[in-house]
Amino acid sequence: MGDKTILDVKDLSTHYFTSKGVVKALDDVSFQLKGGKSLGVAGESGCGKSTMAYSLLKMVQPPGRIVKGSINLDGMEVTKLDENSARKKLRWQKVSMVFQGAMDIMTPVYTVGHQMKEPLRYLMDITGDEAEEICKKYLDMVDLDFELFNRYPHELSGGQKQRIIIATALLLEPDVVILDEPTTALDVVVEARIMNDLKILKKQLDNGMIFITHDLSILAEISDDLAVMYAGWIVELGDSKKIYRDPKHPYTKKLIAAIPRLHVDIDRLEYIPGAPPELTNPPKGCRFHPRCEHAFGRCNKEEPEEHDVDGILVKCHLYDERGN
Amino acid sequence: MPKSIVKARNLKKEFIIVQSFIDKIQRKPPLKVRAVDGIDFDIYDKKSMALVGESGCGKTTVGKLIMKLIDTTSGKLEVKGHNITKLDDPRKLKAYRRTAQMIYQDPFSSLDPRFKVFDILEEPLLIHGIGSSMKERRKMIDKALEEVRLTPPEEFIDRYPHMLSGGQRQRIAIARCLILNPDFIVADEPVSMLDVSVRAEVLNLMKDLIDKIDLTYLYITHDISTTRFFTDHIGVMYLGDIVEQGPTGQVLDNPLHPYTQALLTAVPEPEPDRLDRIKEIPIKGEIPSGTNVPGGCRFHTRCPYAKVICKKKVPKNKQPGKQGHLAKCHFAGEIEFKVKVKKLADDGKVAGEEIIKFSKITESEE
Repeated sequence: MGDKTILDVKDLSTHYFTSKGVVKALDDVSFQLKGGKSLGVAGESGCGKSTMAYSLLKMVQPPGRIVKGSINLDGMEVTKLDENSARKKLRWQKVSMVFQGAMDIMTPVYTVGHQMKEPLRYLMDITGDEAEEICKKYLDMVDLDFELFNRYPHELSGGQKQRIIIATALLLEPDVVILDEPTTALDVVVEARIMNDLKILKKQLDNGMIFITHDLSILAEISDDLAVMYAGWIVELGDSKKIYRDPKHPYTKKLIAAIPRLHVDIDRLEYIPGAPPELTNPPKGCRFHPRCEHAFGRCNKEEPEEHDVDGILVKCHLYDERGN
Repeated sequence: MPKSIVKARNLKKEFIIVQSFIDKIQRKPPLKVRAVDGIDFDIYDKKSMALVGESGCGKTTVGKLIMKLIDTTSGKLEVKGHNITKLDDPRKLKAYRRTAQMIYQDPFSSLDPRFKVFDILEEPLLIHGIGSSMKERRKMIDKALEEVRLTPPEEFIDRYPHMLSGGQRQRIAIARCLILNPDFIVADEPVSMLDVSVRAEVLNLMKDLIDKIDLTYLYITHDISTTRFFTDHIGVMYLGDIVEQGPTGQVLDNPLHPYTQALLTAVPEPEPDRLDRIKEIPIKGEIPSGTNVPGGCRFHTRCPYAKVICKKKVPKNKQPGKQGHLAKCHFAGEIEFKVKVKKLADDGKVAGEEIIKFSKITESEE
């Protein structure tokens, strides 16, 4: 697939219509993903990262709804799909997802093999030896022994379960694989090994990958592009190396500075004062302005536009003059 | 020499696994998990010590032993000069709990959902009979809330835990410890459930309290990257034993034990140049079960540098370098740690390999 754009998200808005008001969990989000590339999505809890993933899978539950925008996935318009066709055509085959806390996702009463074969059986009508052959191929890829195939989930370690979930997500060769905090619950050593395997997988396969996490140090190791989300917006989007070297948005700057370093002695850690806003009633103007140290007159009145600064899209008033 | 607040000598804790009926009839000896297997350490006054290691290495058990939530099997554990292993009198135990408190990992389940913030903070005062009137207790609660920077206190005092964010909840948990004015706090993964930015805020706060109200911490974590900022000493635990300990900066920059080095190699660092490089993690397999601790050096089954002697002889603490930097390894100070870095080609095959010195991987490339 090479450099072909497989996922094109435009002006996507997903809102939850609760009794307390409309929660604008995702507001006018646009990005693209190319085959064989990976996009890292970073942000604090409640910034809309997971809602974005659910939207891509057409899995937003009521009272949530995609209110606006389009998701073009390799020619398929995801927002227009009904539940039935989303099940039959979209999930697993076009987009698959490794959920947060995936280790607890397996049913304890079936063997690993039974659960791995499920998507093949229901969606592709592949059973028996043929299905096992395919599973074996992907188990190999995530560095697992085929011997685990007939074991039960409780006999495996956390890292092994996580690998099995990743292998299962890859089974039907989806165009996009979404990994939501894939390593948060794991020990550093296991985490590092899985990250190493994912790096190799990413090169071997043509899938686009979306990594969702709040831990920027992990994203630095795996994502080609980086999207930093805040309160339902993508505030900075672009090449991940560039952003790590020279972050533009004040929020990204703070996030990167807040990572504790292993080999540098520091007296104080940087942090962002305050808490992310309630999305039922986000602050007027720029949503980050109450916590931003650079905020000035315009910030609490007008919503900032996206500016292209050295190839990076930044949603911030600080770049108004330069951008225009 | 600073005064030591906590002093552990040959501290041991064994858990006996409950046997099945058939095993009992067959008179099989019960299996024991050696969760803490003869460790020595000191925590000094107004200093903080970190305990790091993989899950199942026994770090939380050490915290619980110090809190006297579980009883020690053998060994000595002194807190402020008193041997707490023989603390059987309930009144003395209650008095001890006033001086030592614990912060738990999950602020979402360590606070009672039906208690308001005021009740949460008042409860320890009532238990210990501190403060004669409601007014007096309210004053103390306000002070504790101010100490954890939840201001103004009136705004928080009538809230329930579900109305607070994760960072605020953890700060309430810290306030609940502080209200008894303890000398010593065991913090068991206090920030691992929190977002990166909030994590930094809570750690800053905890660090400030060391000087402000003369606290001493035992900080239990699996996230080594936060220890450098927060702690003065560090102990690296493996399978129930502290395999390396010393001043935090010393240990992180010049690890002596192969296990410490492996842990450090595994820490992700925000360096985007690593995108197509793979740092090989030098240890194999997973942590063995505590019921079956390998003989000789307990790490030899996973150690890439293991020799014959490692299987036979239990290593003693060695101090090849700076004062106070100890490692339980036969070859401590003799091994030159190297990290294999593989470069990936576009098809995922290994295109090149580079072996660099451990100290080099941490130097930034600019």
